[in-house]
Formats: sequence, structure tokens, C-alpha cells
Amino acid sequence: MIEKAFHGGKGYWIWIIFLAAGTGMGLLAYLYQLKEGLWLTGMSRNVSWGFYISQFTFLVGVAASVLMVVLPLYLHDFKAFSPITVLSQFLTVGTLAMSLLFIFSDVGMPMRILNVPLNPTPGSMLFYDTVFLPGFLLLNLIIGWTALGAEKRRAVLPPWVKILIYISFPWAVIMHTVTAFIYAGTPGRGFWMTAIMAPRFLTTAFAAGCAILIVLSMVLGRLSSFDAGEKAIQKLTTIMFYALIIDAFFLAVEYFTAFYSHVPAYSETFRYLLFGIDGNTAFVPWFWLMNIAILCAIGLLAFPGVRHNHLHLSIACIVALCGLWIDKGFLLVPAAFIPNVFGRIMEYPPSWVELTVSLGIYCLGMLMITTLYKVTTAIKRETNVRR
Amino acid sequence: MTISRRKFLKTTSVSCLALAAGPSLGHGYELLELPGRMSKGPEELKAKRWGMVVDMRKCDGRCTEDCIGVCHEIHNVPFIPEAEHQVMWLFQEPYENAFPDRSRELVSKVLKNRRFLLLCNHCDDPPCVRACPTQATFKREKDGIVMMDYHRCIGCRFCMAACPYGSRSFNFRDPRPYVRKINPAFPTRRRGVVEKCNFCQERLEVGKMPACVETCKKGALVFGDLDDPDSEIRRILAESPHVRRKPELGTRPSVFYLF
Ligand code: SF4
Ligand code: SF4
Repeated sequence: MIEKAFHGGKGYWIWIIFLAAGTGMGLLAYLYQLKEGLWLTGMSRNVSWGFYISQFTFLVGVAASVLMVVLPLYLHDFKAFSPITVLSQFLTVGTLAMSLLFIFSDVGMPMRILNVPLNPTPGSMLFYDTVFLPGFLLLNLIIGWTALGAEKRRAVLPPWVKILIYISFPWAVIMHTVTAFIYAGTPGRGFWMTAIMAPRFLTTAFAAGCAILIVLSMVLGRLSSFDAGEKAIQKLTTIMFYALIIDAFFLAVEYFTAFYSHVPAYSETFRYLLFGIDGNTAFVPWFWLMNIAILCAIGLLAFPGVRHNHLHLSIACIVALCGLWIDKGFLLVPAAFIPNVFGRIMEYPPSWVELTVSLGIYCLGMLMITTLYKVTTAIKRETNVRR
Repeated sequence: MTISRRKFLKTTSVSCLALAAGPSLGHGYELLELPGRMSKGPEELKAKRWGMVVDMRKCDGRCTEDCIGVCHEIHNVPFIPEAEHQVMWLFQEPYENAFPDRSRELVSKVLKNRRFLLLCNHCDDPPCVRACPTQATFKREKDGIVMMDYHRCIGCRFCMAACPYGSRSFNFRDPRPYVRKINPAFPTRRRGVVEKCNFCQERLEVGKMPACVETCKKGALVFGDLDDPDSEIRRILAESPHVRRKPELGTRPSVFYLF
């Protein structure tokens, strides 16, 4: 089946070359970082986790969102999701590959990364991530690939794949919950240490995942004969809408606890993000943008006219994605270090090396997803023609 | 005078150490000069749970360069010029930074101008140990020292996020070029791993007190067994009011401050 990825038009190849070039640039930047050390990044002894760990967190969420597709399909027999199931599973594969690469780029001794599985430490939340992430990647790759093969042969899904799918339900939730636990169990970082972290992670994950799937379906619909079906798009929109509302509610609850209790440990980071402290305001515009984007997306999606017009819907999805990414993919991780453990405000700007490496990883991930989607759409076209 | 520059520096640093050791010049120097003499010490010092008292009534902050200097020198701690990548085992912070959760206003004059000596607290319930995914950071069962295996650490810095005291430093750069004078008796670290104070575990092994404790001629640092009700440290803690940093986090630091 993979051979289908090598047949494409001019546009396809230009896109592939573009992504390959981006990946190459990222690789060069990474080699430079490997040679010189992490001082090339914007991280410091004050803000010791930054852009890489943020991307890891955001992408694990997108990966977990596959649950919002397979759950309705296999548990509630919502057939309209079947055309996009494989797409969402392959999205999971790509995003998890990226998450793992982001962890890899962040550690100081990448050649020792196997020390994690070699010294299993059940008390460490990071250990669970290194177990659940590759596992979920494999699970989705196997499920997606077999499902595609079955579709090609117009056969039914083998029963063992069904079992794997059922295993993947709790897996997705656990995977993202342990990601949240990395943060939620950290004494002394009041911004993270909140029980709502895991629920918030899941809602933002489902919202972001659905938004990306909607946008991808639209793009694929334009570029190929793929059709997600209006029913599927509308269902995804509904899920995203409610996930966004719940997320906004969770955020509001966080603000209340922080600002009504006046406990500095909980409120200081929020105060920094909303208003800045002592003239340090680097994250303030971003934080406002995040809040505004989430509210705008909710506002837009409340209109039936927006939900049913594909262009408007895509715009609403992109607005939502901006908000969700700034929240989880940019601010959530470094902001918890501000103020630092000594009560000082030491800000964090990512460096160009960090950004280039990240760009490279995103390009590589998109390259994987593009290839997998190419195969998928080609097979779907064949089966449609044969029908 | 025809002393070469290097020799001059050497002699001065030696005499600095000697000065730091106080009136008993030769004695202090002998104890501090580590290479080659490590094995000569008497039996290992033992405790159930090592702890330290930092008596800020005695530590006026004027000679902290000495204890910090000795600690960093014998442990090959690099001197990294840029503040954001510094490596620190023993360091100083003003009151409001050492205890940021305590009153920010109306601090007494005595405290206001004090520079508190900070180090790893060797917490009884250390969050850094819980966080580490490779057990490169671990708490030694026999005496409660929180130790590090530099050969196992993958540099994920989870422990830095987990430590609420800023006790841990990551080697953002290759530390070796920044070590002023390498002490061959103690390992150097490499780029990409985390490090921190080890309560001079290597000195306890050969019957010596931690270097900072030994250097302090004012007796501001007291080291001992928190588990032994008859130890000096327990006597001091029973007699004087004391505080620990961020006790509300439940980490149970083994370093106590008197002021
Ligand atoms: S002070 Fe920090 S590094 Fe030291 S034991 Fe406690 S948590 Fe760990
Ligand atoms: S940086 Fe090293 S010591 Fe710290 S948590 Fe990671 S592996 Fe453990």
C-alpha cells in the first residue's frame, strides 16, 4: 500500500520537498544544539522547561483526541465517522512521533534516553509517558493500517483489531492524564498544582484534535476526492464546541480560585500572565490573545451560519486552535516557572535554535501525516471507483 | 620578587583557604586539602538522617565566599559566567528570596540585610527523587542523603521542575573548561546532566565533616544526626526556635535556619 505515497501530482511533490527541507533545517539546528549544548535554547536555571516540553504536551493532547472519533463509531455505532477514522488514527501516529522527538530534543543526554525503560521507575510520571506514548503510536499505526487494508480488500475489520480499538479507549485517557500528572503533582509550582489540570488537558485535547481534523478534512476534500461527509463534520464541530465551552469554564474556575483566595502560590503566575509583574510582560499579550481566541471561537461556533459554511467553520477552527496552542503549546509549561522558586520574575523567550528544531519536528511530523494521508486517500478513491 | 603569576595565584588561594579555616592555620588547611589524603581519614561518619543547622545569628554573610568557595572548589563546580546557566551547590539569597512565601513587608532590619546560605535540603520526602524517571536521583536509605548518579542522569530536568528550592543546576554548557582548578579526587561532570550538593558524602565516608561546616570559623553551621536525640544538632533544635524553607510543601527539609 505504501507505494501509493509515491504517485502524486506536482503540488504534492512541492509540498513534500518543502517539508523535507524544513525537516533538514531542523535537523541541522538539532545537530548544532547537540554539539554545543542546551545553552543555545532560551531555557535557564529559572525556566528549565520551555518550548520543547510545551509542544510535547500539546501534541500528546492532539493524539489523545482520536478517542472522540473511535468512541462514537465503535461504542455508539455512529457510522458517519467511519470515513475519518483512519485519518484520525494516522494523525495520532504523526503527533505522537512528534511528541517523542520533542522529548528527545529536550533532554541533555539523548544518547542515554534508554535509561528510562532500563530503570523502570513507577513513581515518576515521566516514566509512564515513555511507556504510553510509543504504545499508543504503535496501537494506532496497527489499527489504522489494518483498517485501511481491510477497506482496500472490502473485507470486514478482523476481530483482533476490534480488541485493540477497545484497548485504545482507556489508553488515550490514561496517556493524557499521566501527561497532566507530570505537572499536577509538582509541589512548589502553584500554577500547575491543580486537580483540574487533567480534566483541562482532556478538554483542550479533544477541542484541538477535532479542530485539526475538521481543517484537515476540508483541505483533503479540496485536494483529493476525499469526502468526510457533512454529518461527520457537524458532529466534530459539536464535540469541539462543547469541549471549548468546558475548557473556558475550567479556566474561569481557575481564575476564581486564584484571585478570590489571594493565595500567592496560586495567583502569582496568573497575575503575571494577565497583567505582568514589575514591568515584566513578555507573556501578557499572548495570554490575552489566548483568552480572546477561545471566547471568539465559542462565539463564532454559536452561529449556525458559521457551523454550516465550510470556510467560516475552518476560520473558527483556526481561531480555536490558536487559543488552544498558545495555552498548552506555549504558555502552560514555562509560565509555571514565573515567578521562580525564589519569587523572582525571570522571563523566558525561546531562542531561534529552539524554534528551528521545533519547526523541523513539525515538518517531519507533517511529512509522515502527508504520506499516510496520501495512501489513505488513494485507497479510498480506488474503493469508491470500484463501487 | 620573582614569583610567577600562577604560583602567586596558587599560594594566595591556599592562604585564602587557610585563612578561612581560622586561627588554627595549618590544621584547617590540612583538613581541606583533599587530593591524595582522602583515604587517610579515620572511620566513616555515620548517621540515620544527616541534617544541618544554619545559624543566621552567627553567619553575618561576610565570609560566605569562603565556605562557598571551598565547596565549589573541592567538588569541581564550574564557574559559569552567565547567571541563567550558573551551577550552584552552596549559594546565597536575601531573606525574601530564601523565604519568598513569608512576609514580604515589614521585614526586620536584621533579616533584611542577611544573605541566607542555601543548599540542597536533603528533604526527608524529596519531590526530586519522586520525579526522576531513571532513579539517577535517589535518597540513600542509610543516612537520608539525596544523591545523584551523574552517569545515569538523562538531563530531562524533571527534578528541577519538582524541586521547590532551586537547589538543582543543569549543565547547560560543558562544565570542565569553567572549573578553575580540577580536583582529581572528585569526579567532574559533563554537559547535559543535573547536579547539586551531596552533603559531602565523599568526606563523610572518610570521617570528615562537610567542607562548609569545617570551613565556617564562626560555628554557624552545625551538622549532625537528626535521628539521634542526643546529638548536638538535636540539642540546638530543641533549644532554639527554627524554620525550614517552605515547610507547607511537606518535603521535610533536613536543613534548619535559626535567626
Ligand atoms: S532541596 Fe530540592 S534537590 Fe534537595 S532533596 Fe529537596 S527537593 Fe531534592
Ligand atoms: S535530569 Fe537527571 S536526575 Fe533529574 S530527573 Fe532527569 S534523569 Fe533524574
